[in-house]
Amino acid sequence: MHIMEGFLPWQWCLLWYIVSLPVVAYGVVQIKKITDEHPESKPLLAVSGAFVFVLSSLKLPSVTGSCSHPTGTGLGAVLFGPAVASVLGAIVLVFQALLLAHGGLTTLGANIFSMGIVGPVVAWLVYKGVKKAGWSPLIGVFLAASLADLMTYVTTATQLSLAFPVPTFSAAFVNFMWIFAITQIPLAIAEGLLTVVIFDYIMKLRPDILENLKVIGPKIKEKVQAVV
Amino acid sequence: MDNKYYIVLLALVAIIAILPLAMYSGMGEDEGYFGGADTSAGTVVEETGYEPWFNSIWEPPSGEIESLLFALQAAIGAIIIGYILGYFQGQAKERRRIEKEVKTADGAENTRPEN
Repeated sequence: MHIMEGFLPWQWCLLWYIVSLPVVAYGVVQIKKITDEHPESKPLLAVSGAFVFVLSSLKLPSVTGSCSHPTGTGLGAVLFGPAVASVLGAIVLVFQALLLAHGGLTTLGANIFSMGIVGPVVAWLVYKGVKKAGWSPLIGVFLAASLADLMTYVTTATQLSLAFPVPTFSAAFVNFMWIFAITQIPLAIAEGLLTVVIFDYIMKLRPDILENLKVIGPKIKEKVQAVV
Repeated sequence: MDNKYYIVLLALVAIIAILPLAMYSGMGEDEGYFGGADTSAGTVVEETGYEPWFNSIWEPPSGEIESLLFALQAAIGAIIIGYILGYFQGQAKERRRIEKEVKTADGAENTRPEN
């Protein structure tokens, strides 16, 4: 999902920066607020950030024969909300832009938008929806993480097609979707499964923090504690 | 979810990662396989006649250095996850031990003085 350094015309770079920066700034404020209210959630914030670090460094082969990587932002979005996940995504993207020449400083705004904003917002909405429907939180986490991953890549494809509608927007979109989104389908499923494993483990060990963050309700907390 | 299901889920992840390797076994980068999706998108963009107007300020000088930095990124993440979840695990174990002790102490209240 990294748009490479210099691969977007400057107008688009500017636009995506303008869209993304306020969200990241709001996320920083949110982090302060959440850690003040629930200081016990700080370790989970670190785990969410670390999860993005690990997953976005794993470049996996896909059935289309090319390689891509999961994003890992779904976990942070489910636990802390999308704005906080934007900050975590932004940190990783800066690391990769500076040290790995993956993505870049000019395209940072665009990459934060896809990986740090669209993905987490999708994850958060999906998780809320599943929670409201009364399904198991694990189903919610699986769908949230997988769809966040996939939508991140759909967003990248859209961004590139908008900037390079050659010969037409839809032709370019099909092309970029094939490169990014189709490759991503199996990897999105893998990310969903990994996120379920780590979420379930956290839920078993510290359901109290998840309840404080309003990720799970008191009923599920009781159930988890009864099992353990 | 029982711990044994973790193994099932992780095995599924492994299958997802290994399947493409088996499908295109014997093929390599020279045949156009297993390259990065980011680079393929870059090629498509360049085919439209666009020229990138900015280059990375620093690039890993070789594939070796790049893999070093990727490994570092994964290691930083993994050590934090391992440390914190291990800490939580220890806490949970200790909590259960104390709960158990309280229970036995309650059961044997008459025979053992409380301290």
